[in-house]
Amino acid sequence: MKKILKNEGVQAFVASVICILLGLLIGYIVLLFINPSGAGESITNVIKNFFTWSRPQSQMKQLGNTLAKTMPLILCSLSILFSYKVGLFNIGCAGQYVAGACASLYAGLAWGWGWLPCMIFAIVAGALLGGITGLLKAYCNVNEVISGIMLNWIALYTSNTLLTNVKETASPYTLYLDKTNPNAILPTLGLDKLFNNNSNVTIAIPLTILMAVIVWIILSKTKLGYELKATGNNKNAAKYAGMAQNRNIIMTLAISGALAGLGASLLYQTGYMRWECTQSSVPAMGFNGIAAAFLGGLHPIGAIFSSFFIQHITDGGQYVNTNFYSSQISDVISSVIIYLCSFVLFIKLTMKKMLAKSDEKKGAK
Amino acid sequence: MLHITKRFPGIIANDDITLQLRHGEIHALLGENGAGKSTLMSVLFGLYQAEEGTIKKDGKEVKINNPNDANDLGIGMVHQHFKLVECFTVLDNIIMGVEPVGAMGFLQKKQAREKVIALSEKYGLQVDPDAKIEDITVGMQQRTEILKMLYRDNEILIFDEPTAVLTPQEIEELMKIMKNLAAEGKSILFISHKLAEIMAVADRCSVLRKGKYIGTVETKNTTMEELSAMMVGRNVNFHVEKGPANPGEVVLEVQHMTVASKVHNNNAVKDVSFKVRRGEIVCIAGIDGNGQSELVYGITGLEPLVSGSILLDGQDITKSSIRKRSTSGMSHIPEDRHKHGLVLDYPLDYNMVLQTYFKPNFTSKIGFLRKKNIREYANRLIEEYDVRSGQGAVTPARAMSGGNQQKAIIAREIDKAPEVLVAVQPTRGLDVGAIESVHKNLVAQRDAGKAVLLISLELDEVMDVPDRILVMYEGEIVGELDPKKTTQEELGLYMAGAKRDEVKNK
Amino acid sequence: MLLLIQYTLIFASVLLLVALGGCISEHSGVINLGLEGIMVVGALGGALVMRSLGTTSALVMVLVAMLAAALAGMLYSCLLGVAAIHFKADQTLVGTAMNLLATAAATVFVKAMNTATNPDNHSSEIEYIRARKMFIVNIDGFEFNWFMLVAIIAVVAVYFLLYKNRLGLRLMACGEHPQAAASVGVNVFKMRWTGVLISGALGGLGGLCYILAGVSVWKFENGVAGFGFLALAVMIFGQWKPTRIALAALIFGLFRALSNTYTGFPFLANLNLPGNVYNMMPYIVCLVVLAFTSKASRAPKAEGIPYDKGSR
Repeated sequence: MKKILKNEGVQAFVASVICILLGLLIGYIVLLFINPSGAGESITNVIKNFFTWSRPQSQMKQLGNTLAKTMPLILCSLSILFSYKVGLFNIGCAGQYVAGACASLYAGLAWGWGWLPCMIFAIVAGALLGGITGLLKAYCNVNEVISGIMLNWIALYTSNTLLTNVKETASPYTLYLDKTNPNAILPTLGLDKLFNNNSNVTIAIPLTILMAVIVWIILSKTKLGYELKATGNNKNAAKYAGMAQNRNIIMTLAISGALAGLGASLLYQTGYMRWECTQSSVPAMGFNGIAAAFLGGLHPIGAIFSSFFIQHITDGGQYVNTNFYSSQISDVISSVIIYLCSFVLFIKLTMKKMLAKSDEKKGAK
Repeated sequence: MLHITKRFPGIIANDDITLQLRHGEIHALLGENGAGKSTLMSVLFGLYQAEEGTIKKDGKEVKINNPNDANDLGIGMVHQHFKLVECFTVLDNIIMGVEPVGAMGFLQKKQAREKVIALSEKYGLQVDPDAKIEDITVGMQQRTEILKMLYRDNEILIFDEPTAVLTPQEIEELMKIMKNLAAEGKSILFISHKLAEIMAVADRCSVLRKGKYIGTVETKNTTMEELSAMMVGRNVNFHVEKGPANPGEVVLEVQHMTVASKVHNNNAVKDVSFKVRRGEIVCIAGIDGNGQSELVYGITGLEPLVSGSILLDGQDITKSSIRKRSTSGMSHIPEDRHKHGLVLDYPLDYNMVLQTYFKPNFTSKIGFLRKKNIREYANRLIEEYDVRSGQGAVTPARAMSGGNQQKAIIAREIDKAPEVLVAVQPTRGLDVGAIESVHKNLVAQRDAGKAVLLISLELDEVMDVPDRILVMYEGEIVGELDPKKTTQEELGLYMAGAKRDEVKNK
Repeated sequence: MLLLIQYTLIFASVLLLVALGGCISEHSGVINLGLEGIMVVGALGGALVMRSLGTTSALVMVLVAMLAAALAGMLYSCLLGVAAIHFKADQTLVGTAMNLLATAAATVFVKAMNTATNPDNHSSEIEYIRARKMFIVNIDGFEFNWFMLVAIIAVVAVYFLLYKNRLGLRLMACGEHPQAAASVGVNVFKMRWTGVLISGALGGLGGLCYILAGVSVWKFENGVAGFGFLALAVMIFGQWKPTRIALAALIFGLFRALSNTYTGFPFLANLNLPGNVYNMMPYIVCLVVLAFTSKASRAPKAEGIPYDKGSR
């Protein structure tokens, strides 16, 4: 048993589970505090999410919706963890996501492009935004957190302005993509039938899983990954070893931006969501990516599972008793989880100490 | 200090040590790196608490839980790595912690300034109270540390390796200061591993070895050899064996090199020119902070040149990237192995290929790492250079001892078969056995017809290892000496800037 | 024009208070990225007070609301303190979590409160029309807000605290070289807690000031629209020095004010730029400014590095 616990991966998993349990507990306490009577039922509804529906067909359909939203979340979390390996905190992921959404929607609605060109355009848009942050960091020493946040807001207002040209006349939402330009919708390859004819389930799923695997391969098996992780661990040693610092920083942020942009395209091009042109804050997807990245132990494959969990409870938030509570309770739980994740190092150290102590006792015998 | 035992996870730093300091004496604490001297003094100063043992002052038992307690008992410490806030002034550093204040904590610096100036004159410790630490010399920084103690009326003064950063002349001054302080009734404990200094200034000397107390002797009744034997437990060969040098053609040439300084407006390296030939070891000697670091950064590419040029094997590499220099035949053993030399979170084998991972045998054409090749290469180097680690090639570098980390770096850099090996303080922090092995490696390189540029702060090493010595002072080469013909005193004069020649390009 | 000055001063006051908070925290060695969240919590604290203190004198309203905002901010900043100082957590991550948590929690709380009073009200708004008037003194058409005075007092106080007071000396030492401070008996933990708590108080005050700036009702779902980060940019641009921070705050405040007042300038109104451009201006200006000034930036040396007693 102890041997299993000593494994780094297992420790990371245990730490994540602890964070989840504590997060849910705190969410429960908050609900209790607001109104004791409905708390228990509401928190279980949050956890159950689509299981709150009674018929399996409905459950599958709702699961499909959750999955559709999980894919962009996975990509955002990949975006964050990729940058973090190089020592950069890509909080600009949210803005890169917005840029991707704007690019794919605009190209689809205004120019009538097909789904693949729209997707590529979204990737490029995200990469550009990430690249700007990278340039500012590499050549002007601007902290990437602040430039990321600034670009988030700039991207938001720019997108709102541009997409106003393709929105419905009477509402702040953009036109329905499936009616205006069905070519821009992602093909489903029959996956929608698995989920009770939920047209939101598309090739986004296999595409995303593929990206996660690619990111994992790059980080652990390639020369690029070797350079990026070395830079993140010790910038000075990376310079000493002759690694091209500036190029790596810019490239990493551009790749992260591309991932976020792709994420947006994979959501908005299913037709599941439309853009609200008057929204006053950046969509939460980019920020939830942070929670998912750290909860997944900053590992690409772990991110798949943690993203599903985070999206699961985010969607579960809509099933709370709205007489007392609001769906933002899921956001509360997610942010508590991020907060707790920052303690992960401490949790890991404590586990190591406890294991070392029991080893010492064994050795002394 | 009676029967002090201090443990850290995995190691017993102090094992049942007893140490007694007499009033008005200068007592040296001798031991190799890692013997436990600094730890013991940190216990005395309240930075650490011992697990077992007691401390008595004037016969009464006392508890020292933090530096404030130590201060209240009149104990003060000058640390090896100065504990000074760089952007504060000398005066602010001296008074911090015991600031004279008026209402609501507002500082009253006038009386403090007067006291500092008075103390400075009484003990001959010249400082500028309003200068910022980052702008003053190391010598003045140390005097600031000493004034910190005197300002607090400390009676027991602890010096941790005080001479590591001083010229021979400054060392003599410090010894005079210490003798003055002892004559005024202060009791001094000083930590050192430099036998000559201990013999010159201390009354008694206690020796520690690997955490244990070995014994205390009166310096007037002992010899350096005896002390050294107590320190290491065996007789040590201080000199490296080497035959005569056979220098060939010039392989590294530096012409009129000027490098900017990061800390002040003057240049760190000013119009420096020299040559290094195949088959010779050239050593740049000098006190830390006279431009040696920047010289190396300029040669290896970590910093750009303001002007001048560098030729490697006849090729101009002045504007070449670090990678280009490395692949063109330059190896660099950096002065700070944690800052530059290793990626601590990487395993040992990844660190072994830090300079070569991009080569075809370690990376395939499409960019995948050939992990098997990397592992085999690392294992070979581990075997050849006796690099020890907990789990072999997969040990995280962070988990290795300093000496073995250094051995790994040396193995990596030498195995590249460079034309020029730039080694900066390669033996820093190593024990005597490891130092021997490093020196042997340097001489072997030289005998194989390679060029070695050694930068060293250790006078013993400077006198012993190279074939030619270039002394650097305030960014310039001020002298070229033959180690066989010069003396430590002469070397010291050059290092302190008291003597200089016109160095011709030889 | 008067309106522009007015808005400039009030937004500058917000930025100034929050930036000073960030500055003190970083001087003690703790990076406080959670200022956005602290602002939200402070705003919430103040808003609740304003809502519940129905009819009192202006003096009481102003003082109690400010006190509530500062206290709320201080309490919330404890999250940063505990994580960063005692558990050596990644300070960037903690700050980000605090920002997200504050907005979400505030929304949940306000919505629950609103729904409890009126089952049909599911909004996250709190209104304080009457209370807001108490903060303002009308001088010849110029709306002088008491917060402007508070901001000026804050700059002066922080300046004297940092450079002329023993506490400031010790605090800054902890952010530059904590081992040096510890070796002369300064309690680094205590100093860093002081830094974090003061930044919490100032951040909370800044949050209340923000929601009072232009409007009488605040939708807590919106958070504080990136103002906390703008304040951090002000702090960096001001190179962690109170006087320079004040100048930076004025500049950024001006650009933010333009988005509220540009219609009053015929020259600008004729350009016919979409409103969003003015919304973006502060952020663009911030980026440009940082791009040019960050190269020579000199942050407190030991900031962001958890203090470890064992290291020498």
